[in-house]
Amino acid sequence: MLLVRTESPQQTFELGRRLGQILLPGDLVCLEGDLGTGKTCLAGGIARGLGVTGYVSSPSFNIVNEYEGRFPVYHIDVYRLEDPAELEEIGYRDYFFGTGVTVVEWADKIKELVPDECLWIRLVRPPGGEVDHREITIHAVGDRYRCRIERMKTDVGAGP
Amino acid sequence: MGTLILGIETSCDETAAAVVEGGTRVRSNVVSSQVDLHAKYGGVVPEIASRRHLELILPIIKEAIDGAGIGLDDLDAVAVTQGPGLVGALLVGVATGKALAYARGIPLIGVNHLEGHIYANFLSGEPPEFPLVCLVVSGGHTDLLYIEDHGRVEVLGRTRDDAAGEAFDKVARTLGLGYPGGPQVDALAQKGDPAALAFPRAYLEEGSLDFSFSGLKTAVLVYLEKEKEADHPVNRADVAASFQNAVVDVLVDKTLAAAQRKAAKRIILAGGVAANTRLRSELALRARNLGLQVSFPPPALCTDNAAMIASAGYFTWLRRGASPLNLNAVPNLELGGEGN
Repeated sequence: MLLVRTESPQQTFELGRRLGQILLPGDLVCLEGDLGTGKTCLAGGIARGLGVTGYVSSPSFNIVNEYEGRFPVYHIDVYRLEDPAELEEIGYRDYFFGTGVTVVEWADKIKELVPDECLWIRLVRPPGGEVDHREITIHAVGDRYRCRIERMKTDVGAGP
Repeated sequence: MGTLILGIETSCDETAAAVVEGGTRVRSNVVSSQVDLHAKYGGVVPEIASRRHLELILPIIKEAIDGAGIGLDDLDAVAVTQGPGLVGALLVGVATGKALAYARGIPLIGVNHLEGHIYANFLSGEPPEFPLVCLVVSGGHTDLLYIEDHGRVEVLGRTRDDAAGEAFDKVARTLGLGYPGGPQVDALAQKGDPAALAFPRAYLEEGSLDFSFSGLKTAVLVYLEKEKEADHPVNRADVAASFQNAVVDVLVDKTLAAAQRKAAKRIILAGGVAANTRLRSELALRARNLGLQVSFPPPALCTDNAAMIASAGYFTWLRRGASPLNLNAVPNLELGGEGN
């Protein structure tokens, strides 16, 4: 597990960018956090780290936005889904088990569909803290991601 | 009788079909959320699903053909949304459009959804004259476009994070209002003071025509949270009015700046948020002061529909002919990128 405290959207984006740089085809990143905690901002950083140029906007309405970086990047947002089964209809397997990197916002809403291995990232606005402060915890679920976290630890050692 | 085009739209939630004559006259316009197909055809209808498009597409097309008082034989061409959108959803429309075009031996025309929104303005009254600036503002888009002529579209700016309509929906949800949030916030805001609370307006770098609504959304959420923690009563109408004012200020300022930069004399609005009363009145007022003309589509044509696709298809067809029958759905289709 890795805990990073960021103090601005720029720092959250930068954390994402560093993470994106070490992700590999087939990786799945799950994001959990309330409205306005910076999920899309972090996802934008991850996409930038994966070589996506341009801005990564919120997929809340489109459900899936696709980008071309070093590999395909699938930015999914299940915010509007009422039932995880709806994700079946979207063909989520093609994304989760494909050759691109998939980032899922509101992943806690579809826990039963999340594979055994993934990076699980939780974003929290610490109560009583500054408007822009965030606590971001990165959990490696499964062996595949453990080494990614170790790399992040050495990377982030110098601070966000 | 003018050229009859069947439009098909399945890029996101709505399954829609329409018949448009001569690119500008709506003969029928059927949108799944607006008709009670449930009662008519039965079946369980999940909220967001390609399967739902699959179940609805043929009944919706039939409804559009019947509603236009024509038969399939009368169609001159089929226009279909090719992208951007959800691939599974797009494929239903694209496959149906291709099958129809092939079976009837008529041309198929692939249309960009965003370009389609522009053509909602060609479907009532006098078609707007080029060049013009178009603000497409909805749950999924906030795009500022310069249109020199049919098919010559330049993206001047777009949202870097949340779409304006998305900010409306998320703030509405936090205020305990229903869905869709846009009309609800609009209604509540009319009872509030737009200057009561100073929410941030993101103008980004000097001269940028891009948008950002994520910070505003977060500011409203944090405000509500802090007031709750402090046990202060919240005037929700003031919050709605002040939030809406912040969104509208930025949209209007950037749209006017775009028109001036491009020396365009006309501004058109499109997308679901184009129905917002404050956006309409502020833009109309401030544009008039600058000697600019503004037009809005009727509310029913602001949100996703297929009449706009049929109209865009008609003008695309005149310009560059039909699309090949191997037309593909392109989920991240760019403007000017005509797939294949």
